[in-house]
Amino acid sequence: MKLSRDEVQHIAELARLALSDEEQALYQEQLSAILEYFERLQELDTEAIPPTATVLPLRSVMRSDEARVSLAREDILANAPDAERGCFKVPAVLE
Amino acid sequence: MKLPRLTINEAHTHLAAGEISAVELTEAALERIQAVEDDVKAYLTLTPEAALAQARAADERRAAGEDTPLLGVPLAIKDLLCTKDVRTTCGSRILERFVPPYDATAVARLKAAGAVLLGKTNTDEFAMGSSTENSAYFTTHNPWDLSRVPGGSSGGSAAAVVADECLGALGTDTGGSVRQPASLCGVVGLKPTYGRVSRYGLIAFASSLDQVGVLAKDVTDAAILLQVIAGHDARDSTSLDVPVPDYPAALVGDVQGVRVGVPKEYFIEGMQPEVEAAVRAAVDRLADLGAQVVEVTLPHTGYALPVYYLVAPAEASANLARYDGVRYTVRMGDGGLDEMYRSTRGRGFGPEVKRRIMLGTYALSAGYYDAYYLKAQKVRTLVKADFDAAFEQVDVIVAPTCPTTAFRIGEKTDDPLQMYLSDVFTLSMNLAGICGLSVPCGFDADHLPIGLQVMGPALGEEQALRVAYAYEQATDWHTRRPSLGNGS
Repeated sequence: MKLSRDEVQHIAELARLALSDEEQALYQEQLSAILEYFERLQELDTEAIPPTATVLPLRSVMRSDEARVSLAREDILANAPDAERGCFKVPAVLE
Repeated sequence: MKLPRLTINEAHTHLAAGEISAVELTEAALERIQAVEDDVKAYLTLTPEAALAQARAADERRAAGEDTPLLGVPLAIKDLLCTKDVRTTCGSRILERFVPPYDATAVARLKAAGAVLLGKTNTDEFAMGSSTENSAYFTTHNPWDLSRVPGGSSGGSAAAVVADECLGALGTDTGGSVRQPASLCGVVGLKPTYGRVSRYGLIAFASSLDQVGVLAKDVTDAAILLQVIAGHDARDSTSLDVPVPDYPAALVGDVQGVRVGVPKEYFIEGMQPEVEAAVRAAVDRLADLGAQVVEVTLPHTGYALPVYYLVAPAEASANLARYDGVRYTVRMGDGGLDEMYRSTRGRGFGPEVKRRIMLGTYALSAGYYDAYYLKAQKVRTLVKADFDAAFEQVDVIVAPTCPTTAFRIGEKTDDPLQMYLSDVFTLSMNLAGICGLSVPCGFDADHLPIGLQVMGPALGEEQALRVAYAYEQATDWHTRRPSLGNGS
């Protein structure tokens, strides 16, 4: 298979996804098959071809640096799993 | 007159003439939903009280002298678009309780136009899928045959439109998610040019591919809806700052001399023969109507699938990183911070979403970025160049929308790659950023709809609509409805 079990675990780690043993095995198989199929891209010579990140003509869209009303803090925090003193509350970040 | 069966344009005529009120129209739509929803299961969230309040407001606006095409018209919104104070789930458990504090721009424009919003329609989770089977809640059923899928990811919207559970709907299209369900459900599904409609409030899947699209009963309605939602939005820096033409005015009903390209790469082995036959018959019809049919070639068509399934998941892996248990209602895990991330995401996301996040993460990871993501971006340039070259020779390109008609629920869920293949004809358009729509062009022996795709160049919505309209008006496919509920 294209992907090893270790690689699957590494990708899950990068993506912060907790996977069961069954899921790891399933994804290893499925992702390997998918990546195998994608090898066909190597048939094309793209040495001189620029990548397309967006179909739009590339530009930075700017606006004047003026403070504006956005959303009310209470509205944003209404979806918070846990909030305190106007902040999102999470488990300790530092030991 | 069966009110829910009306098109948006017909409804407007009756509303303007004072023959019906927005409240009556909305009540009729809600009754229709009651009658068929147990079978179709198109809606994740219904908002009947809000809808009736909007209908009353629309009637008041009309009484005060206002008369615009969407005033008082009941529509549905795919649950991938933020609707203020109305739960928005993206078909996922990870947003099960999320209530947006703002409207997506496309939604806000519909509301400003006086439309009535009936509710949020079912979708594959985070728009990842081609059958709506990846919704974490339930699968929507194709109204033409309830044992079959409506397509995806905008399956809920497409099903709701053809079942007359709304007069029109918004969907989203990243790799075909408006056009393919339109094809499978026998309605019109339009994907605008990338940047034509604001993505503000469209919950992001793949930022360089996503577009808000419309599902409608006919091409006229699609043009009406597009007219309202299109246009520059300062809150979306990828929205195009170009004027919006008069789309309904493009529906002239004549295609004399219009050059129609037929790409040879879109007639492949493994395609359902009836689909090929119906599409070729449609091309002949266009020729009869005076169009000039030209064979064109899009040589990199066969590479679009791997390009899409590397670029889209890579972008998705970044866009879905925000669902980590910190801000959006759902939080799992009873350990520390890291446990919160892994648990929330591991259990909150469904299998297809996790599969694509993993694929995207891998394609972007150190050591693999060049071979996968960068390579895919380079081939994307080639796919786009194919269309640029073709559009020098023709005004529109016409092709099948989907290689098959609606497949059975459960038929493709074991093999992800099989599922991905149902998008082969739609993916390229998103990669190139061009516009197009699917219109009904026939039925197979099982009475399942077949869709014809009409593609236009970037900002070429007018010519795509014109050709689609001419074809539609020369046929009656768009008048057919499935038999559902109590005698439709």
